Amino acid sequence: MSGSIQDTFFEECEELLEATDEGLTAIEGGDHDPEVVNAIFRAVHSIKGGAGAFGLDDLVAFAHRFETVFDEVRSNRLDLDPKLIQLLLRSSDHLSALVEVARDGGEVDEAHHDTLLAALDEYIPEEEEDLTFEPMGLGGPAAAPEVIVPQEETYRIRFHPLKEMYGTGNEPFFLFQALKDMGELTVTLDENELPGFDSMDVSDSYLAWDLVLVTKEPRSIVEAVFEFVEGLCELSIDGDGDAEAEANALAALDAMFSAPPVEAALPDPAPDTAADSASAPFEPPAPAPEPEAKPAAAEDKASAPKAESGKQEQRSGPKPTLRVELERVDRLINAVGELIINHSMLAQQIANLNVSDTRDVETELEGFKNLARDIQEGVMAIRAQPVKPLFQRMARIVREASAATEKTCKLVNEGENTEVDKTVIERLSDPLTHILRNAVDHGIEKPEDREAAGKSRIGEIRLSASHRSGSVCIEIKDDGAGVNRPRVKQIAIEKGLIPENAELTDAEIDNLLFAPGFSTAKEVSNLSGRGVGMDVVKNAVTGLGGRINISSTPGKGSTFTIILPLTLAVMDGMVVSVADQTMVVPITSIVETMRGSDDMINSLGADGTLLSIRGNFVPICDVAGGLGLYRESDQQAGVYLLVETETGQRCALAVDDIHDQRQVVIKSLDGVCGEIPGVAAATILGDGKIAMILDPESIIAASPTAAAFDTERRMSNAS
Amino acid sequence: MKTKVLAIDDSRTIRNLLAATLEEAGFEYHCAVDGREGVDMYPDVDPDVVITDINMPNLDGFGVIEELRGTGINSKVPILVLTTESAPELKARARGAGATGWITKPFDDASLIFALKRVTGAAA
Amino acid sequence: MQAEVKQTDQEVKHAEHSEFVSFTVAGQAFCLKITQIREIRRWSPVTILPHAPADVLGVMNLRGAVIPIYDLSARFGLQQTEASERNVVIVVSVHGKPVGLLAESVSEIISINPDEIQETPPVDSRNTMEYIQGIISHDDTMVRIINLDAVISAPEQVML
Repeated sequence: MSGSIQDTFFEECEELLEATDEGLTAIEGGDHDPEVVNAIFRAVHSIKGGAGAFGLDDLVAFAHRFETVFDEVRSNRLDLDPKLIQLLLRSSDHLSALVEVARDGGEVDEAHHDTLLAALDEYIPEEEEDLTFEPMGLGGPAAAPEVIVPQEETYRIRFHPLKEMYGTGNEPFFLFQALKDMGELTVTLDENELPGFDSMDVSDSYLAWDLVLVTKEPRSIVEAVFEFVEGLCELSIDGDGDAEAEANALAALDAMFSAPPVEAALPDPAPDTAADSASAPFEPPAPAPEPEAKPAAAEDKASAPKAESGKQEQRSGPKPTLRVELERVDRLINAVGELIINHSMLAQQIANLNVSDTRDVETELEGFKNLARDIQEGVMAIRAQPVKPLFQRMARIVREASAATEKTCKLVNEGENTEVDKTVIERLSDPLTHILRNAVDHGIEKPEDREAAGKSRIGEIRLSASHRSGSVCIEIKDDGAGVNRPRVKQIAIEKGLIPENAELTDAEIDNLLFAPGFSTAKEVSNLSGRGVGMDVVKNAVTGLGGRINISSTPGKGSTFTIILPLTLAVMDGMVVSVADQTMVVPITSIVETMRGSDDMINSLGADGTLLSIRGNFVPICDVAGGLGLYRESDQQAGVYLLVETETGQRCALAVDDIHDQRQVVIKSLDGVCGEIPGVAAATILGDGKIAMILDPESIIAASPTAAAFDTERRMSNAS
Repeated sequence: MKTKVLAIDDSRTIRNLLAATLEEAGFEYHCAVDGREGVDMYPDVDPDVVITDINMPNLDGFGVIEELRGTGINSKVPILVLTTESAPELKARARGAGATGWITKPFDDASLIFALKRVTGAAA
Repeated sequence: MQAEVKQTDQEVKHAEHSEFVSFTVAGQAFCLKITQIREIRRWSPVTILPHAPADVLGVMNLRGAVIPIYDLSARFGLQQTEASERNVVIVVSVHGKPVGLLAESVSEIISINPDEIQETPPVDSRNTMEYIQGIISHDDTMVRIINLDAVISAPEQVML
């Protein structure tokens, strides 16, 4: 059993666990549709089936217990009350954990495991419990441990099929074939029971066979040949001098198949088989040569059908998919990135040629560009995945957090099919986990407090994803108490983040949550905190080229909004010059661009300057100065990019010149150098030169003018 | 002619396991992801033997057996059911529906081939 | 304008010897083991990294990869190099990442018997000491063997 099939198993487990989670969430939401229950049963059952194949006994045992409870629900012997639903949800989480342990190694929480097993057992009726899952060998040659020294023995077998046997597709012929493979077989047809032609009932079975088998195989194997037809035939197997043992064995087998006899409503009971056999009686060592030829022929082609059956496997899926290593896709993405850079280099070279008429070349070049973009979008789409699995994992986080804080919350997911770059999904997991834990811990009130406030006892957290004008928007909205602003402000003052007399707007107070060094975790609980604050969340989001906002209404709840770029590999940027260097500013952060004139610039204090735009004053932030660069030429920063920060603060970034707007391929500076304030990443321009991609947010944060003006604005807001 | 197997199982893992074992043993392997697809594919594939799971979406294993047995031309094809339990009543029920035999999961290569041999005469 | 350094041929010829590439930095002779060098390129203007220390000249595009360029002279505590077309960038691999080192010029490939390598005599220049792992005498000049791992610490720490 190759590792790749085991890989398949774990991949499939992921899907099955998602299906289980999804079903349970639906049930929790009040959807008790039998098909939902069935789907969960099947998913757990499939996990059990696959786990059995790889000898994952813990997983098999737990899945079996879980499945048995679902079987009870499915058969309407159990009601899905809230207590049971909670148990099933926890069991589903535990099943995930068991799969993880099976795949990645690690420890199973034994106590938790046993508690859940015991809890599940309470729902399983006695007799069902006895029906333990024990893989039973088929009695094939592999399952014959009792024989140590094989000795030849002669078995006399009397085999008289009942008519019911023919309805099951069993053929005496093939059984004899199987016996013949074990040794020397003599077959004699007994047609004594054949009635006269007139009185023959075509649906009845009149033929019987007497067989003599000389074999080294043990009796159990000989009996196993008839396993499928037991109860469908009169069968006696006499070994040399073991009449007694045989009687016992048959009695045992009879007991095993004490099931009601098969009713006669069987279609087409195959009279032709009987007739054929009668007209062409078996001659020892009878069985026709044709089936014997099969294996040989089969071996000849053994290697041929792989491609064909592989195709079959693909065709048979509801939606054909192809699994490829991520690395291959990434290589393709890099190559396409290079292609786009290559295009701009080519365009620049052509422009430099000084040829008077380049229209034809430019048309072709435009086509090249469009094709490259198409390829790029196609390749990016490969990496795009729905956020559904991520969101479903979050349901578990909320459940755990609720249990730990003794609150009742439900998570409602929306827009689960929104597709986002795989890396974004991966890197969103931690921030989302943190925000959700935070929401349960600090946002949602205790049930009694909620009731007192006239709310439902059950808190609701809404997790939604949507595409919004070229970005992905993830929203986490709770209906809890909202940000406790006086408390937040007090903590910020205590921690020296703001001066004691600071006058802040509500939005500014809310944004203090993201400030480095601000963490209310310590004093409230150890659940959401775990030593990190929301600043880590913010860093993770900005690390993905996104931003995060919070809005909150006291008593009504809080909403976190995360805006992310669709892909991490390219972005639209404004190409600018700063101190003789070419740089790129992300388009998403730019509100407007303008060329400034002297009368628009106003001094503030010693070296602060403000730009007046249609009567409003906006602090000017010199990019070159902010980056510690000095102009060698005497060009002045005369062009302004009006940008807006997450807190809604506006600032005019002063640059030397604006060139054009274009899509650039993002090259991470990770591993090239440490974090550079004001720089997000780098890109390669058409001329092969590297340009820095700026991070306006951090440039502004470092700018003394902007900071000073911001404080002043707060003061004036307060008065 | 190779012995053609049509395997019907909604679990990719089980399908892959079956494919690996059967192709290795020289069978021609076809598969369907649920009962409905299995029954639909049946006439095209025209298999020598059908292996079907019981618990499946769209149409379960019993449904597969009933539909295949219900049409005259398929009435004799051997049908093996895959079960996780060795419960007698499950086998009796499958047989009642017209199953030829059963394979208990987890199966090893030898028992799978042995089961196929007893219903098709084909050996590895 | 680049010279790929082929290493295999020479290596086979003198199995017991090691091949070193010698070059000058601020008028002094240094060398690196030939196996440490990925390629040698002529200097071309780099993109400045804001807030970078004086010995980090900036970044350069090496076939689609962004690689940092260090001024060896400044790194050794000697004067800063006024880089020009005459200078070379020696591309080495440190911790699996390519890094460019600016040197004045490449001199030659020298074959050294490990026995010839002498310990660095103690001198009162901590910067240089740290970066030199031994010296050899070649054609009556002293050639300093650079300890690459000391010159370029792990990438994460580079700028801190």
